[in-house]
Amino acid sequence: MKVRKALITAANPRQRELPLQMLIDQQGESKSALQIVLEEAAGAGVEEFAIVVCPGDEAAYGAASGPLRDRVRFVPQQDPRGYGHAVLCCRDFIGGETFLHLVGDHLHVATGVVSCARQLIGVAESENTPVSAVQPTHEGLLTAYGAVGGRLVGGERPLYQIETVIEKPTPTVAEQQLLVPGLRAGYYLCFFGMHVLPPEIFELLEEQGKAAGRSLGLSPALHALATRRRYLAFSIAGRRYDIGATYGLLYAQLALTLAGRDRDRILTQLVELLAIR
Amino acid sequence: MILRVTDIIESAAPEARDTSIESWCAGRPASELLAACAELEAYRRDQANLYRRVRALFFLSAIHRYHLPTRSEFRRTGRVPYDGFSRMLERRFEEAISGFLRAQDEQGANETLSSALAAAYHELGFQTLADQVRHTVRATRGNAWMFRLGHPLDQPLRVRPELLRAGASDTPHPILRECTPVRMDLTHCGWSDIFFLGMDFPEGARVLNVSIDLSVHGRDSGPRPPVEAYFRVIDEPVIRLASVDLEATAEVRGLDELFDFGRDYLGLLKASIIAAGLVPPGIERSGASLAELLAIIFGPGRGFELVSSVNRIPKGSRLAVSTTLLGALIGVCMRATGQIHSLGGPMEEPERRMVAARAILGEWLGGSGGGWQDSGGLWPGIKLIEGVAAQPGAVEFGVSRGCLLPRHTLLGTDRIGTAARLRLQESLVLVHGGMAQNVGPILEMVTEKYLLRSGVEWAARRKAVATLDEILGELAAGDVRRLGRSLTSNFFGPLQTIIPWVSNLYTERLIERTRCAFGDDFWGFWMLGGMSGGGMGFVFAPERKREGQARLQEIMGTAKRELENALPFAMDPVVYDFAINEHGSVGALLTGADALLPASFYQQSVPRCLRQEARSLTPRDRGDLQQFTQAARRHPEYGAVLPTLLERMLPSSGASQDAGRLSSLLDENGFDRVQHEQIRADLRHGRIGLAMNRLPPSTRIDDVAAGALFDPGSASAALRERGEAALRAGEVAVVTYSAGVGSRWTQGAGVVKGLHPFAKLAGRHRSFIEAHLAKTRKAGHAAGLAVPHVFTTSYLTHAPIERFLRETAGAELGRTVWLSPGRSIGQRLVPTVRDLHFAWQETAQQKLDEQKEKMRGSVRAALAEWARQAGEGSDYTDNLPSQCLHPVGHWFEIPNLLKNGVLARLLAARPQLRTLLVHNIDTLGATADPAMLGWFCESGATFGWEVMAKRVEDHGGGLARIDGRIRLVEGLALPREEDEFALTYYNTNSCWVDIDRLLGLFELGRADLADAAKTAAAVRVLAARMPTYVTLKDVKKRWGHGQEDVYPVAQFEKLWGDMTTLAECTHAFAVVPRARGQQLKDPAQLDVWQRDGSAAYIESLGEWT
Repeated sequence: MKVRKALITAANPRQRELPLQMLIDQQGESKSALQIVLEEAAGAGVEEFAIVVCPGDEAAYGAASGPLRDRVRFVPQQDPRGYGHAVLCCRDFIGGETFLHLVGDHLHVATGVVSCARQLIGVAESENTPVSAVQPTHEGLLTAYGAVGGRLVGGERPLYQIETVIEKPTPTVAEQQLLVPGLRAGYYLCFFGMHVLPPEIFELLEEQGKAAGRSLGLSPALHALATRRRYLAFSIAGRRYDIGATYGLLYAQLALTLAGRDRDRILTQLVELLAIR
Repeated sequence: MILRVTDIIESAAPEARDTSIESWCAGRPASELLAACAELEAYRRDQANLYRRVRALFFLSAIHRYHLPTRSEFRRTGRVPYDGFSRMLERRFEEAISGFLRAQDEQGANETLSSALAAAYHELGFQTLADQVRHTVRATRGNAWMFRLGHPLDQPLRVRPELLRAGASDTPHPILRECTPVRMDLTHCGWSDIFFLGMDFPEGARVLNVSIDLSVHGRDSGPRPPVEAYFRVIDEPVIRLASVDLEATAEVRGLDELFDFGRDYLGLLKASIIAAGLVPPGIERSGASLAELLAIIFGPGRGFELVSSVNRIPKGSRLAVSTTLLGALIGVCMRATGQIHSLGGPMEEPERRMVAARAILGEWLGGSGGGWQDSGGLWPGIKLIEGVAAQPGAVEFGVSRGCLLPRHTLLGTDRIGTAARLRLQESLVLVHGGMAQNVGPILEMVTEKYLLRSGVEWAARRKAVATLDEILGELAAGDVRRLGRSLTSNFFGPLQTIIPWVSNLYTERLIERTRCAFGDDFWGFWMLGGMSGGGMGFVFAPERKREGQARLQEIMGTAKRELENALPFAMDPVVYDFAINEHGSVGALLTGADALLPASFYQQSVPRCLRQEARSLTPRDRGDLQQFTQAARRHPEYGAVLPTLLERMLPSSGASQDAGRLSSLLDENGFDRVQHEQIRADLRHGRIGLAMNRLPPSTRIDDVAAGALFDPGSASAALRERGEAALRAGEVAVVTYSAGVGSRWTQGAGVVKGLHPFAKLAGRHRSFIEAHLAKTRKAGHAAGLAVPHVFTTSYLTHAPIERFLRETAGAELGRTVWLSPGRSIGQRLVPTVRDLHFAWQETAQQKLDEQKEKMRGSVRAALAEWARQAGEGSDYTDNLPSQCLHPVGHWFEIPNLLKNGVLARLLAARPQLRTLLVHNIDTLGATADPAMLGWFCESGATFGWEVMAKRVEDHGGGLARIDGRIRLVEGLALPREEDEFALTYYNTNSCWVDIDRLLGLFELGRADLADAAKTAAAVRVLAARMPTYVTLKDVKKRWGHGQEDVYPVAQFEKLWGDMTTLAECTHAFAVVPRARGQQLKDPAQLDVWQRDGSAAYIESLGEWT
């Protein structure tokens, strides 16, 4: 298995400005959030990118893509019919290949030197199976994410066999269907905004699209995938930052900076700020 | 063959495991039973398995309670250490048991200590079971997260966007409505759905449960789901609660208010909000702000309103209305926050199970609890609900044999056809008989009997389990006639065998009269729920169902009128219309002009709005008025409310009518207003009160040695002959105190205790008065001359007792049966807060479990506030006039005989009369026993007092040597709580009186009794020497549809036992067996009373007609 292509969704009409937000990356360079996402994927070996956008956003996103602009194809989602539908829009671009899927409003910061995307693709390639990155998440945040239920596969890496996928579950449902042995009480495996998926996901989406009403989600298709074949979750050594959440951009910026070159400088500023407030 | 008692518990073989403790104890001496207790005690301390531990505890309790006391070699007297007793009240049962066992080592085993051990083991057994249910409820998946959540920012729930107002601010907020049918239990399952049973005996926990729509026949337009819950978002950061049936509303602004269940009538609504996770239980006492929490769920500045309605279905219907309402409220809250997927339509199976689990949690939070079938209304149609064995992975596995939640199997039309369903509906008449009783003690009895596997009852339980299949088969076949027969057999067979107290005279009278009226067309009786008298079913031939409804209304009305002085009725009986509901709980989103709350909500809220200036109305009020106005034009149901709005705005004239009746009652019964004002002044100034009842702390109190007492067991033949001669000569009469209304017996319901048909004796229900007359009849026949029997009465009891005796004793009334009407009356007062706190804090109180204790705490705070607002020491008038008066204590009963001329007439009719045996109405064993009479005659004393060896449950004083002199002392007069525990003997309140010496004490002779003024003056002089006690009594106030509140009110008493303080006359004391001296104060005692042989003993004393 070789992961060559990446699919990035950024077509949420309420969040179309998010990927255009400017941040300072670990090296101290000013970049758009979109460029940081693209570089994360490119650093893991991805060669081609498709970004699903709201119609008319292509130019602005193109400008925000930085040096990778030439390797990006923009796929407008003409009708906002849900997250799953946005993914389905890229079916032609992906073709029959396994691909990396990222969301445009999440930034990822690895704990070590290996980037999050590289960790995930490494697992997918070695296990030769679709894998979704997950992060143990407190139940108080459950309603912001898709979550998986399953069991620990064993071995050295924190890999889980996915049995259930539910989008934004209530804690009541999560406790009944998504408990994963070995996690701390009140924590669930929630999506990291990063998946390595097989092309058959498009078939599943298409099937469900016929039955679904106006909005087509990705999680039901992922749940169906788990019932059809081996599908793993990998608890990545890193953190995701949802820049669409309240203070999300600030947290993401702090996380990037504190993991980078200007760590001491920002820490000093923070301490000074704390001292006078 | 079983040798050791623990083998019964350990055995894997059902026939050994189901051995009853009675059969094991039979024939074994006390020494072997004590050895078994030691073995069980060691076993239960080491045992990790919950049910083995609990069974060992109930075995221990039973051996100490029922078996050791029956062994003749077992010592009778001992002392309960006060420390152990107070530990027991604090629910520190393990420490209490250790203390009692140490005392047993020191004193040697005895009946007194065994009574304490039995009580402590019994309580510990129930506490262990309750703790386990609570633990399981908390650990159940889907519930546990709510106990972890401690900060508003962690709240993951969000309101569904559909519930937020779309558009302008004058658009009404959408309303989410949940309509839920109630459930009826088609088999009466032998209470097998009690959690404790279901979790230990899942294979025997089976019920056939039907969801039904309901309406009151002749009042409502037709059956509909009776329970409704409404939810809407409001633009204020508060929670608004309203119960349209209880006419109660509240605006909750802080977390503490929400967790305070007892402060108003909205505890159920509060519990539902907590159990639904909107305000999760984990956040209690976190100091968090409710507004902050609401902002997370609903958005800044928003809150919500929750409204409940049960369409005026009366309380006590035995259709699980409360649990159904809790389920509907939880359901609507869960729908509103996405915990139930759809906003409209029925729930999915996992969602119903979740709501049912949350309802159990809610009941636990509210300190109540029924069985697991009570939320059956969430499911559609007819279903079989069964216990489930705990499998690996379940939280119950390894702890209990069964799971907390049962399995529901819907029985569709393939199992029970449409025709069969129709036939059931065409034949069954559901009613509410009007009685609303506390089922709690029944459920405890059921659990205990199950764990003890008492032979007959265990066989009955197995039969009840088997009956289910029979009933299911008959229902499936549509054979309602046979179904009716099976239900009747179940009621008169297994159910009454397990718990005789499920039936009562009222129910059996209804059955008998219905059978007379309908003959073969009355197909059967069906008991719903915990006990009969409330919700019940009568099965008729379909062509006579309509007639059945009408006749039952008459039959119930007549029977209620006949028995309302004897049994506690909460309301007039009603007949229902019903239909099987095939949908279960259904949600609906109401928007625009349809976003309406129930009509009765507006009936209550609109008058309040109309009283305000238009400019001071909130936007929500204005919106409600607008919605209601539009609805009144379009919907007849809302239009019908308009005429009553004006009535509600005008004050009612009912209060002044009641005040007039009270005043005339006081005048008729010789109320002494001057004395009353003096008492009020003394109370308000603190000169009298609960604290002042007590003797000075310097008083020396010693126990009385056995040598100072007469033991009838040692009575000589000569004494017996002396007594028999006195009986033959007609020298004795019996006086029974019958002035009381059984405050404890009916928790203040105000019925005549003497007329309460409390148990079946010699084949039918008998009242206390009938039991006493049966004994005197037998004594009279043995002596060859009738023994006169006097019942003393009060303003509350005289007329009903007289009516009863006219019907039953006929010509004997006035010849051998006499009534002595009371001549003293008091008016109850609102208590002082000081006395309330004294009663709650300074006197020993049973601590309750955590949630119940919280409930009690908030109820008490509300009562103290009530006393302050109503005015401490002011007249208590906010109730039926008869509930505002009180008899002034049994001291006056004998002087009344002097004052009202009854003694004079008695002496005129029987001049040879010399002795009176005076006793309480509930001392069933008191008889004109020849040996006792002989002893008293020979003693030469003015008074002969009967005492008995004390048990832990005997409170209220006893026999003591006070400053060196033997006398009876009231518990409320003892300086310290612990003083009572140093006493060996308890006052039975039975007393022999020498008439002439008594008259001498009043400085009267027989001839003086004709002089009313002289007699009255003599009584007044002696009364002034007797202490006056202030006491608090619980009084029920009934309102609404079967609702009841209990208020503590202050009253005054003088007590007959204080005659022992008079040194100028002689007193003799005898220690009598418990069977003779024990009193029945509480219906919860009945089961023990029957099982320990007391009932059979009483039966043997009487000559029954």
